[in-house]
Amino acid sequence: MVAVDAHSTTKVVVEATINGEPVQFLAEPRQTLLECLRDILSMTGTKEGCSDGNCGACNVVMGGRLVNSCLVLGVEANGQSITTIEGIAPAGGLHPLQTAFLEEAALQCGICTPGFIVSASELLKHNSHPSEDEVRFWLSGNLCRCTGYDKIVRAVMHASDIMRVGHQA
Amino acid sequence: MTTTIDRPTGENAATRVISANDGANIIISHGDYNVVGTRPVRHDGVDKVTGRATYGGDTRLNGLLFGKVLRSPHAHARIVSIDTSKARALDGVHAVVTAADLPTAEDREVDLGEGGGNLKHMSDNILASDKVLYKGHAVAAVAAVNVHVAEAACKLIEVVYEALPAVVDLKDAIAPGATLIHPEITRKSLGKDTGIHSNITKHARHQMGDPEAAFAKADVIVERDFTTTMVHQGYIEPTNATAMWNQDGKITIWSSTQGAFAVRDSTAEILGVPVSQIKAIPQEIGGGFGGKINVYLEPVAALLSRESGRPVKLIMSRAEVFQATGPAPGSWSKIKFGATKAGHLVAMTADLYMESGAYPGSDSGAAMLCIFAPYKCDDMRVDGYDVLTNRPKTAPYRAPGAPQAAFASEQVIDELAEKLGMDPIEFRLLNAAHEGTRLVQGPLHKKVGGIEVLNATKTHAHYLAPLGTPSPSTKRGRGVAYGYWFNIGLASSVSISVNADGSVTLIEGSTDIGGSRASIAMQAAEILGVRAEDVRPSVVDTDSIGFTGVTGGSRTTFATGLAAIEAARSVVVQMKARVAKVWSVAPDDVSYDHGSFHAGTHSMTFKEAAHHIEDTGGPITGTGNVDPQGHGGAFASIIVDVEVDVETGKTQILEWTIVQDAGKAIHPSYVEGQLQGASAQGIGWALSEEYFMNSKGEMANTSLLDYRLPTAFDVPMINTVIVEVPNPGHPFGVRGVGEASIVPPMAAVANAIHNAIGVRMQALPMNPGAVLH
Repeated sequence: MVAVDAHSTTKVVVEATINGEPVQFLAEPRQTLLECLRDILSMTGTKEGCSDGNCGACNVVMGGRLVNSCLVLGVEANGQSITTIEGIAPAGGLHPLQTAFLEEAALQCGICTPGFIVSASELLKHNSHPSEDEVRFWLSGNLCRCTGYDKIVRAVMHASDIMRVGHQA
Repeated sequence: MTTTIDRPTGENAATRVISANDGANIIISHGDYNVVGTRPVRHDGVDKVTGRATYGGDTRLNGLLFGKVLRSPHAHARIVSIDTSKARALDGVHAVVTAADLPTAEDREVDLGEGGGNLKHMSDNILASDKVLYKGHAVAAVAAVNVHVAEAACKLIEVVYEALPAVVDLKDAIAPGATLIHPEITRKSLGKDTGIHSNITKHARHQMGDPEAAFAKADVIVERDFTTTMVHQGYIEPTNATAMWNQDGKITIWSSTQGAFAVRDSTAEILGVPVSQIKAIPQEIGGGFGGKINVYLEPVAALLSRESGRPVKLIMSRAEVFQATGPAPGSWSKIKFGATKAGHLVAMTADLYMESGAYPGSDSGAAMLCIFAPYKCDDMRVDGYDVLTNRPKTAPYRAPGAPQAAFASEQVIDELAEKLGMDPIEFRLLNAAHEGTRLVQGPLHKKVGGIEVLNATKTHAHYLAPLGTPSPSTKRGRGVAYGYWFNIGLASSVSISVNADGSVTLIEGSTDIGGSRASIAMQAAEILGVRAEDVRPSVVDTDSIGFTGVTGGSRTTFATGLAAIEAARSVVVQMKARVAKVWSVAPDDVSYDHGSFHAGTHSMTFKEAAHHIEDTGGPITGTGNVDPQGHGGAFASIIVDVEVDVETGKTQILEWTIVQDAGKAIHPSYVEGQLQGASAQGIGWALSEEYFMNSKGEMANTSLLDYRLPTAFDVPMINTVIVEVPNPGHPFGVRGVGEASIVPPMAAVANAIHNAIGVRMQALPMNPGAVLH
């Protein structure tokens, strides 16, 4: 961690690994990781919904933890490994969660979708066979206003089925 | 509800279908369709699950500046002076604007197709000129190199206010002697200017028969009043706009909107420029529900761009979204219904007060059209009142006005059924409006599916199942409610071009808020006899397609779908002429059926015919321009089981079923999605959501932590039944599904709570505190 003055506008070099690629960028200490991803690195797949940690649209994985990137400073990403929605799909394909969201019609407007997929991918890493209740509890940090969550919960459970079958094969 | 997976394999894996809930649906329409009624993957799906889709906030331009709006800390105050000099002097600031930069707005009504209003009020709501009328009212705006500098500059703007008393609550606003929010406005009542200065700006009435006399025929009368609080649409993507005012006077706007043409036209009016000067480019939109029809930021971004000479982007914070965009009105409803012992409704009256916030114009008009529409009764009267308060100017929210009215009326219906000892669905069926029933405003119901919806509700496994055993210290109850929304038509334009490989491109002006690219493309595919995947739909800017109304009023799949059908039919006619050339026959001798052209022994698929367009006359484009009048109203019902904790007052939703007449579900998954999404919004409106205002008109819960939208953990799986009673005004029978579904939920929950604990809930939200009291 670099020692910085949060009020300074002097930019700081941040070195991180984002979606497996080494990345170096200049950030003001007051800029959130969300801002850095979107405005400095042009990685706009991570969405802004509330910027106060209550909607989950900006979920990314940093250092193995699911975080709201609006509540993390860009400089805190120094030395960290980060996964964003842009790093979820394998090259040339889709993550089983992405396929399940498409097939289950688990999105309407789609603004919350990247956050849900990043969040759900972490759930399935920790729990390969979640119950409906476990899916709902895990995803309660992600707000969706369009779907009523029904099809999202089904998509996550179906993706978990597909991924388990895939592992057994 | 069971879900079966028919998982495709091979190259089409990403473009096929699953999640069939068709077993639960009641299909009364009879059509032999190849595409309509199937569940293809939506065309914009991959972009949206990978983060590649570009929403308004994702707009990136060379030289882009970032803006911030300075907002009033007072709910009601006169602006004495604004000094922007210190803000302008700050390093990195490129522009500062106030209402002085807007043209002087005329005091006249403007018609914007949907909505519109008084131009001076619209302009003052964009940037306050003489008075601020709610906390969060825009006063000035800054464009700077980044948002942090813009925020710092806003703090340097010195505004002197003279505070005025805030009128926060609807009942206070209509009390005698209340502070007048617009002292110049006089009440319009029953079409006449009364000359009375009042916070009640409009009073209207629909009446049929003589309800006061008809109450004498009633054996049972229930009279109650109900209140609901202001709530927000709660779209997850904050309101945003980016604009470039070029040196040639041309203005380009990128924003998330329900209607690019509404953005163009209202921005033109407010800025006093011709519509030909403005191009609105709609970006992907992250939810709207009626709240992204009005412009808030677009004219401000344009002014900042004119002054700075650079493109400017504005994005609201969540607190700004709550305080400075248009929420749904709170309401006060006084209801009196009477019925005979045999269960016939004989008299119905309602007085509906709806707040409009800072400027005139609320939802009482639509509420008046919906409140009695589910029932047949000869003697009815409804009066509607729009009421000013020092709160943000209200805006449409999904079936605007109807849910507040139904919260009141459907509880009174429930109480009548209880007093008569009748099953609540049987009572509704006995009185249900149908084709030919006269509405209180005069016209007759066209073909509607209300009775079919009620029958599907009555026979649903959920309604027949026992309630189950409550947990300790809880009580269980079941409630039902029923509601109506009229749906709308309005103008739409679609253009379809044929590619040589047999695919087609479809260009439309309807922004896609929840899968309408798919539902519109599928209708074109059905007519053309091609697959949904062979149609490539694009939502384009206002320079690239004919005028198209907003994505709202449940009109898009209906009206823009009709335009797509018309465009596809035009393509078929043109293709027949080309095929006739190839075969050397007359065009009239060529027939077309499910994707194949025929003439005598000749036969050719659409794809084969498309190969010939280059050598038979060049490009083929079909257009469809419609302004349909054949929209059809929709009924919806809810069955809900709740468990109420009598110690904490918490209400848990155990089981939820929604039944709705879709006319025809083009893509059933997205119809189910509308029903499920509206249900969850209804659960939030019922149990937890409210604008918590203090006496100074300050909203105390401006974050999504404190304004409690339902989470995945707060709602159960939502059973859906799509009833299909086709709308005769559409070739496939489409009615529109986005809104009827939010009309009955709050009343259904209230009726379930009453069933559980024996208390009528006369106010929203029914949070633990309210339930305990």
